[in-house]
Amino acid sequence: MARQLEQLDSVVVRFAGDSGDGMQLTGTQFTETTALAGNDVATFPDYPAEIRAPAGTVAGVSGFQLQFSKETVFTPGDAPDVLVAMNPAALKVNLPELRAGGIVIANLGAFTKKDLEKAGYPEDPLPAASAAGYRVFGIDITAHTLRAVEGLSLSRKEAERAKNFYALGLAYWLFGRTLDYSLEWIREKFGKKSPEIAEANRRALRAGFDFGETAEMFDHQYLVPKAVIEPGRYRNFSGNEATAAGFAAAAELCGLKLFLGSYPITPASDILHHLSAQKHLGVTTFQAEDEIAAVASCIGASYGGALALTTTSGPGLALKGEGIGLALMLELPMVIVDVQRGGPSTGLPTKTEQSDLLQACFGRHGEAPLPVIAATSPGDCFWTAIEATRIALKHMTPVIMLTDGFLANGTEPFRIPNVADIPRIPVKFHTDPNGFLPYARDDVLARPWAIPGTPGLEHRIGGLEKEHLTGKVSYDGLNHEKMIHLRDDKVKRVADDYEKTTVFGDEEGEMVVVGWGSTFGAIRSAVTQLRAKHHKVAHLHLKHMNPLPKDLPEVLKRYRRVVTAEMNLGQLALLLRARLLVDAKSITKVQGRPFKEAELAKALLAQLETA
Amino acid sequence: MNPIPNVAHTDPGLLTKKDFASGLQVRWCPGCADFSILNQVQKTLPALGIPKENVVFISGIGCSSRFPYYMETYGIHGIHGRAPAIATGLKVARPELSVWVVTGDGDALAIGGNHFVHALRRNVGLKVLMFNNRIYGLTKGQYSPTSEFGKKTKSSPLGTVDFPLEPVSVALGVDATFVARAIATDGAMLGDVLTRAAKHNGTAFVEIYQSCVIFNDGAFDDLTEGEGKFNNRVALKHGEKLLYAKGTKGIGLDAHGHPITIDVTKDGDSKVLTYDETSETMPLVLSRLGAGLPRAFGVFRAIEKPAYENLVAEQVAGAQAKRGAGAQSMLEAGETWTVE
Repeated sequence: MARQLEQLDSVVVRFAGDSGDGMQLTGTQFTETTALAGNDVATFPDYPAEIRAPAGTVAGVSGFQLQFSKETVFTPGDAPDVLVAMNPAALKVNLPELRAGGIVIANLGAFTKKDLEKAGYPEDPLPAASAAGYRVFGIDITAHTLRAVEGLSLSRKEAERAKNFYALGLAYWLFGRTLDYSLEWIREKFGKKSPEIAEANRRALRAGFDFGETAEMFDHQYLVPKAVIEPGRYRNFSGNEATAAGFAAAAELCGLKLFLGSYPITPASDILHHLSAQKHLGVTTFQAEDEIAAVASCIGASYGGALALTTTSGPGLALKGEGIGLALMLELPMVIVDVQRGGPSTGLPTKTEQSDLLQACFGRHGEAPLPVIAATSPGDCFWTAIEATRIALKHMTPVIMLTDGFLANGTEPFRIPNVADIPRIPVKFHTDPNGFLPYARDDVLARPWAIPGTPGLEHRIGGLEKEHLTGKVSYDGLNHEKMIHLRDDKVKRVADDYEKTTVFGDEEGEMVVVGWGSTFGAIRSAVTQLRAKHHKVAHLHLKHMNPLPKDLPEVLKRYRRVVTAEMNLGQLALLLRARLLVDAKSITKVQGRPFKEAELAKALLAQLETA
Repeated sequence: MNPIPNVAHTDPGLLTKKDFASGLQVRWCPGCADFSILNQVQKTLPALGIPKENVVFISGIGCSSRFPYYMETYGIHGIHGRAPAIATGLKVARPELSVWVVTGDGDALAIGGNHFVHALRRNVGLKVLMFNNRIYGLTKGQYSPTSEFGKKTKSSPLGTVDFPLEPVSVALGVDATFVARAIATDGAMLGDVLTRAAKHNGTAFVEIYQSCVIFNDGAFDDLTEGEGKFNNRVALKHGEKLLYAKGTKGIGLDAHGHPITIDVTKDGDSKVLTYDETSETMPLVLSRLGAGLPRAFGVFRAIEKPAYENLVAEQVAGAQAKRGAGAQSMLEAGETWTVE
């Protein structure tokens, strides 16, 4: 049968199945192959909080969405064009988001009466989906997979497990990909250890691909042309991987030993995993007994002259508050990474949110300011880690780096830099005992870093208020006020090093949309849509949340409206109002999922229609 | 030979007690037994031969935690209960330093209980001195986790209904490798214990009885006054009989394995236990001698086990020797592709 080859600018695909179905792996494989084929790509893995929720239920559905395009991709896309549903529960959760007329590939092998019941379907939903205009392709992927692996000495369970590779193979065919990357991956991953499983996965992958080619089921294949991408060497990077690599690079750039003290918490644990596997780089990791011990260990390590890092999520940041307060009183450098998740309390631990901004800026007792910096994309976590380190070491202060679940688990192609070409981070330990004063200050108000082992510099520091210069305990009220101002001024001076604030879009006009963190892609896309409709709007994305850029008021003044878009109830808007006295309005979403481009564009349009 | 594993040292005798005094006016209440401990620590350190720039005292919050300010060494006066965690980070980052933790019964066992047991279980090379006065002094007289049941304090006017814990038993229970108990005002005993603690590889836990002259005066009088010094105390000496009351009594076991007093003058010492500080069980039994039996002092347990910071450093060094690399390798790990 002659297939129609349809060319598309961009496509959104979502793989969904039971959390044991291997959908994250399928999605990752598809992403890597897509990136290698030259498209720009962004991903959004979405998995349940339960490790293994009851099989076949909606609670256990794990999904992986990606958008790939011939243009620059800013987000994983709004509505999938193609949904691969490995069971009825996956269909139930994801069908409502599929674009009208979109493609459903359903594994009929998992659409038995019992499966339908578990998903809460009274009857087979596929006919209704067809009637609603979706292009539904029902394939018994389970049976096809079992047939493909016949003759291998595998249990039924093991054989069936290869079905995600069948689905992957079919998806590869649908978008005209080759199997090379995944075949090589299978060989490396399973080849030596379990040749039978490797063979099963290979056969399933090919069977899925061949089914697309030979069965007269699909009348279209889709092609997305290569994107124009800046030349260089690339890899796919998740935010957590990029964060880990960023701190490993930062340690090299400043010449200090990296010490990570951390307590496992979703969605930050992967940073601990990645860095624990880098002992050959000289990285020391310490899995502490709790969040408090993690930050406390960093205080000790930093006092000893290491580059101290602790990684956590919202609940852990709350627990670390007192320790961070001590670190800023001792004026010791360290970085605290908060991979934000849905809160309060345990909240939505595997879902994304930006609701720790105010906690990061203000969540400590006393006047306790510190620099807060936010990453804007998975790959940007690498650069943000280096910038956070630079600030911490130059200004002798703890720094909070904010990422979130969406950045942490999402991936994007990352142009690999040469670490040797990145500017060094200067560090100088104080060694001269002549006139040594532990709380004397340099031109940026940083105090000297005098580490144990240095003869003649023996001194005591602590959480009690310090006397200016000497660092001795002081209960004097005027000295206390002076020290509070000094610590505050010190943090304010961090802004002296910022680059000029820039915007995307109109330099002045009807509205500026201010964002921070992982909303970057959605805002950029929505603003692009509005500009295409000839609205004079701009996108301003903040990286430095505290202190804010000094030129920010001037820039905001150039627009009639200031609107923030954030995944909380308007924390940035509150900050801008309080700090800059601007009438910022906010567009908010707290559903554990990022903004969709279209919903944001619509909400921004509504803002433009207000007086 | 380096007398102290791990820790950088010079020849003993170069420094004196005076070198370790910061000169800051000591601000404990007059008559406080903390003075005796400070005195003993400042006396012990010079003999160890550790340059003072390599000594760090880390404390939490409480009267005892003012200690670092009075030592002419490096020091951190930390936050309540967290000293073992701060010290762990420092010792792991800088194994060559001699790191001491000064804490109290409230700081170590109430708010800091978690860090306390985990430092001991990991065997981090810290010297943990816990001043036990069975009361909260700095917050002005509330009961602590070691206050006797029924104790009347400001926060328990009708008497506590909390059962206290036994710090030495807790330390032994989490497999601490060095556990000792001393009395602040018994300088000779404290000095011996501190010296052994300093030389121990791994965590050394020393409980020091020290009464609070303001809020719990005379808490340990039965052990320090008059004949109590002899009759209510038994000294633990590895390889020696557990004799007390000037050798007239000893500790033995009954048919059920329960500790009992043996009248040596009448029954001789053949049934008196010979103390073994490497034993799995004997230290635990001696830490829990009840009514009618004396309190034990000295080193309960001293065994060899690798120190945590050494194991960490060995892993890193091993991995570096095997495939040392730079951060660039992390960026280039996995699949990469080139865009022309």
